[in-house]
Amino acid sequence: MSNFWSIYIIAIVVINIAGCAALLFFTRKKKESSTQGKTTGHVYDGIEEYDNPLPRWWLWMFYITIIFSVIYLVLYPGLGKFQGVLGWSQVNQYNEEVAKADEQFMPMYEKYAAMSVEELQNKPEALDMGQSIFANTCFGCHGADGRGALGFPDLTDNDWLYGGTPEQIKKSIVDGRRGLMPAWEATLGEQGVSEVIHYVLSKNNAERSFREELVEAGETKYNQFCAACHGKDLTGNVALGAANLADTVWLHGGSISMIKNTVANGIQANMPAHKDILGEEKIHLVTAYVYSLSRDEQVQALEDGGQK
Amino acid sequence: MSELKKENYNYKVIRQFAVMSVIWGIVGMAVGVLIAAQLMFPALNFDTSWLSFGRLRPLHTNAVIFAFGGCVLMATSLYCVQRTSHTRLISDKLAAFVFWGWQLIIVLAAVTLPLGYTSGKEYAELEWPIDILITIVWVAYAILFFGTVIKRKTSHIYVANWFFGAFILTVAVLHLVNSAAYPVDTWKSYSVYAGAVDAMVQWWYGHNAVGFYLTAGFLGIMYYFVPKQAGRPVYSYRLSIVHFWALIAVYMWAGPHHLHYSSLPDWAQSLGMVFSLILLAPSWGGMINGIMTLSGAWHKLRTDPIIKFLIVSLSFYGMSTFEGPMMSIKTVNALSHNTDWTIGHVHSGALGWVAMVSIGAIYSLLPGLFGKKEMFSVRLINVHFWLSTIGVVLYIAAMWIAGITQGLMWRATNADGTLTYSFVQSLEATYPYYGIRLLGGIIFLAGMFLMAYNVFKTIGGSEKADTRIPEPVAH
Repeated sequence: MSNFWSIYIIAIVVINIAGCAALLFFTRKKKESSTQGKTTGHVYDGIEEYDNPLPRWWLWMFYITIIFSVIYLVLYPGLGKFQGVLGWSQVNQYNEEVAKADEQFMPMYEKYAAMSVEELQNKPEALDMGQSIFANTCFGCHGADGRGALGFPDLTDNDWLYGGTPEQIKKSIVDGRRGLMPAWEATLGEQGVSEVIHYVLSKNNAERSFREELVEAGETKYNQFCAACHGKDLTGNVALGAANLADTVWLHGGSISMIKNTVANGIQANMPAHKDILGEEKIHLVTAYVYSLSRDEQVQALEDGGQK
Repeated sequence: MSELKKENYNYKVIRQFAVMSVIWGIVGMAVGVLIAAQLMFPALNFDTSWLSFGRLRPLHTNAVIFAFGGCVLMATSLYCVQRTSHTRLISDKLAAFVFWGWQLIIVLAAVTLPLGYTSGKEYAELEWPIDILITIVWVAYAILFFGTVIKRKTSHIYVANWFFGAFILTVAVLHLVNSAAYPVDTWKSYSVYAGAVDAMVQWWYGHNAVGFYLTAGFLGIMYYFVPKQAGRPVYSYRLSIVHFWALIAVYMWAGPHHLHYSSLPDWAQSLGMVFSLILLAPSWGGMINGIMTLSGAWHKLRTDPIIKFLIVSLSFYGMSTFEGPMMSIKTVNALSHNTDWTIGHVHSGALGWVAMVSIGAIYSLLPGLFGKKEMFSVRLINVHFWLSTIGVVLYIAAMWIAGITQGLMWRATNADGTLTYSFVQSLEATYPYYGIRLLGGIIFLAGMFLMAYNVFKTIGGSEKADTRIPEPVAH
């Protein structure tokens, strides 16, 4: 702030506050003539006005707020460049609170950061911390329960675009992910898009209905254009974040029209990098929590398999 | 005929604005009830973009503030300025232009906002062509009002007219500065300000819209209708002068309290807070003057439901102008900001003060415009009074509880330093209070329907009345 604006601000603040005080000071006294029950003598449409003095309690309330303001503006920033005698600023207050919290809680985070994600699966208090951070940081896209939404991956179903090992999950959180599928309508044409889709549906595990006559042409086109990322066997590629097309999970919608939209127009998905938002230690706990979400299902699947 | 006209007040424009204020009040509040219901049952947007919350919310605020509130202010200010100046409006054609111009603006708002045309500035969402139209109509209104003040037959200007005058002048300045924008096409423009400056200009506008439109304007109504209805002199002429000048000088500063703990510089935040605190006494000056005017006529509270409306509106005014400075204290604001407490605060002012003083004024003014002694049913006014009061109390109590619950849940931390609740949990906790709020809104709206019935029964079969202008009392 330049000196000019600083002086300007101080001047108008002082004039305004002093003006209020002066206004009260000069009008506070009871005039001799202004006694209870006497009017000013003006009449407007039958309305008259008493000339009663200012109520004392009101006057004092006004004075007290003025005195408080003067004290506040001495202590805190407000008068232009003057920082106030306490030297307070909201940035300092924030930094102090963060430093205090770090000092109090960092040892605990560091303790857990030294353990592996697998080890943390047996530490419910660590998973609870991970859950709290997740529920307040990741909920906007993945939902507070981690079940995601259309376009935002479900983290509980053990289907992973970029892999479900602790290292892969952590990398997704730390650096973020950029999902990019090109738009294919210009290359394949409308007919070509349909052919590819019906070929994919014919191969899907869910035994979905498809149009037989399009499958053969679709296979050729799939192998030529799609297989590079999604694989000849349609199981996708975690290194590229290419989705598994053989399973029943459809992140961007599984109806024919929605799949058509995805193929025709492509996908641009963005998971932001969280390393600067959360920091290493918290990310470690979130990783452990996210890992735990589908782990129950894994264990369940193993047990089910064993019984059979 | 023209000779006779000169000797009468112009009541035509008052009748038009008074009747439209009831209709727009119902429309604006009905949209409010719908969006309150949408917060409970999101399916009520019927998957239609035109009916989505984001588009209807500005429609609600614009309709209640500028359509309902605007018609009330124009009806009462143009009535009061004629009656207290003992003279007819300077121009009937200009009066007609102001009425039809303002109705056109309202209709344009009601069409463009649901279509999604918005400048994105709160309480100033209308796009630039409508902003220009507002400017033209507002200047016409100012000429009409001040021209009539200049033409007055009384030696002084009655206090109500100072408040109306301050409201008209300041709203013009606020509108011009805040709506300054670069148009890119017919229905899209961008603010000329950027970043924190834009936010500061927006809330300088936003808070002064509260201060000058919803406070000074409606204090003008209070200063005419309370002494008139009570049949008592205004309590203190001196207090009215002192609180008027203090109010208009201090309100200008209070805007930054909307931007506490933001990228707004610390000094601006502090000034917003201290001037909001200084504002308490000037605000209460109006309440004291209104309520004390009734001293000596308290018995009328038992028999006259219009007095009840006026006095209870002043109580809500006093309450919300105490709550406002309190919420501007940074420590309190850290809890209340972004919660439903703010919504409750706004509605204790908007329903409790603005709507109730307006309703009282319209009931007081309307019969005389149509040659009747009183409204068709005084009993229905009384029922309306209780519906309004119960509606407001339910609404603001629900929002206080919801807001403080949200504020406390958002800041609650576990022993390990993590936040205790997710955002969705705070929404779940709020849910029942959204139900109570909706109920309060429905009850308040029901009162407005009673009013409409009462108004149309009063008007039905009556002659349009004109009143001869009396000579001012010499002193």
